[in-house]
Amino acid sequence: MRLRFVLAEIAHGFRRNASMISAVILVTFVSLSAVGAALMLQFQVERIKGDWYGRMEVSIYLCPEDAVDQGNCASGAVSADQLEAVEDRLESAELAPYVRETSLQSAESVFEDYQVRFGGSYMTDEVSVEMFGPVIHVALTDPEKFEVVTDAVGAMPGVLQAVDQSDLFDRLFDLLSKLRLAALAVAAVLGLAAVLLIATTIRLSALSRQRETGIMRLVGASNLFIQLPFILEGAVAALLGSVLAVGALWGVAEFWLAGWVERNFIVVMGSVNPADAIAVAPWLVIAAVALAGVSSVLTLRRFTRV
Amino acid sequence: MIKFDNVTKIYARGARPALDGVSLEIPRGQFCFLVGASGSGKSTLLSLVLREEHITSGRAFVLGQDIAKMPQRRIPRFRRQIGSVFQDFRLLERKTVFQNVAFAMQVIGRPRHAIMRTVPDVLDLVGLAGKDKRAPHELSGGEQQRVAIARAVVNRPQILLADEPTGNLDPRTSEGIMAVLARVNQTGTTVVMATHDVGLVDQARQRVVELVEGRVVRDEASGYYGGDA
Repeated sequence: MRLRFVLAEIAHGFRRNASMISAVILVTFVSLSAVGAALMLQFQVERIKGDWYGRMEVSIYLCPEDAVDQGNCASGAVSADQLEAVEDRLESAELAPYVRETSLQSAESVFEDYQVRFGGSYMTDEVSVEMFGPVIHVALTDPEKFEVVTDAVGAMPGVLQAVDQSDLFDRLFDLLSKLRLAALAVAAVLGLAAVLLIATTIRLSALSRQRETGIMRLVGASNLFIQLPFILEGAVAALLGSVLAVGALWGVAEFWLAGWVERNFIVVMGSVNPADAIAVAPWLVIAAVALAGVSSVLTLRRFTRV
Repeated sequence: MIKFDNVTKIYARGARPALDGVSLEIPRGQFCFLVGASGSGKSTLLSLVLREEHITSGRAFVLGQDIAKMPQRRIPRFRRQIGSVFQDFRLLERKTVFQNVAFAMQVIGRPRHAIMRTVPDVLDLVGLAGKDKRAPHELSGGEQQRVAIARAVVNRPQILLADEPTGNLDPRTSEGIMAVLARVNQTGTTVVMATHDVGLVDQARQRVVELVEGRVVRDEASGYYGGDA
């Protein structure tokens, strides 16, 4: 009896407040989609980090013939002794645990790579092979420990520069985390809008049912019983919004992003996983319940008191 | 049943008291009229009994409980023992007669079989047998007030508070309502009725308490509306 009665009250509230309820559903839908997007972006960042750090290496640029006063190139092009010293250092007990593999690329090969990369542009006009030195590529066992290697060899004679690729990664990750922050900001603003909207809906609903609640109070219905239909009305609407958000995130990931990213940005982004949308679903549902809960507490404390 | 001891109610700081040092005792099973001009404090007294408002000073006991000290969470159960009827009926337009009366039982969680058994009896008591499927707007004013009375007594309250229950009704219809209230009173329910209706009070010959500007100026066991006539 009680349950059926409460359900009937909710259904009635939905019919009467159809446009407000729709607004609640849509606002929670959009705000939770933003939350979900931020979470999925986070997952994506973690995954790319894993992929990329695996491939990350330190490049030790050795002095070219034309080196003037850069790096540790006072003595001109790197000598065979200096090269050997650097290689010995990399194999030493101190660095060996961090180094997975090293390979030496000759100056000519580096020059060719450069020409392939920038061929035809003004950047190749004034460039000659003398400006390039050989490069030692060092693959790392633990990509996070690149500094151990760069610090150790960076100041050795004959080394122009020891460069890790973390700068490049950091810029990408910086971009992604800014995107994530933007998504969270959107989520926060829309979340606030959702709370206010749910609160207004509950208030309207309570106002339009003042006669009912007045009678309930007179005949001694408990506070919970009086408030439950209103609380559930907001909660059900918010839950519907979260379901829509999960569906939208999954749809976008499955049918649009996955294909699009793979065609265009596979190298940079890795693939977007639609399963991520399912993984964020419980959090979005919890967020929806929290939104509705906060709104109910805000409104009903003042409204349907005894 | 109801005992007021020097009760004062002031709504706003500095305002004239709505009730000013009222002492009053209404025993179980009594029928008591509250008379007086508008603004004399009749409605305030009823809302204090129902614990809709807090008393400002004095002591008040209703159903053996000190209502000034009653915690919020006890109020719902307390109110289940008090029925209320108003001048404007306050029926739910989208519900039938039966549903309006059943509503009072549903919202305090009474089981379905109890509702199905009790509501027809109560509709019979107020003289609405056979009209249970009507909508409120299909009924006359007197019939609507009977529905409201049925709703007020369906949970078998010990006290029935009626605030100008005949205020919107013609004299003949009012007599019918009065008869229903008398019948409710005969089942053992204490009835407190605030009214302006001279004819009803004079005919009933029940206790009359007159309020003027929040004070009890007359309290007669078997009185008339305007005092000794």
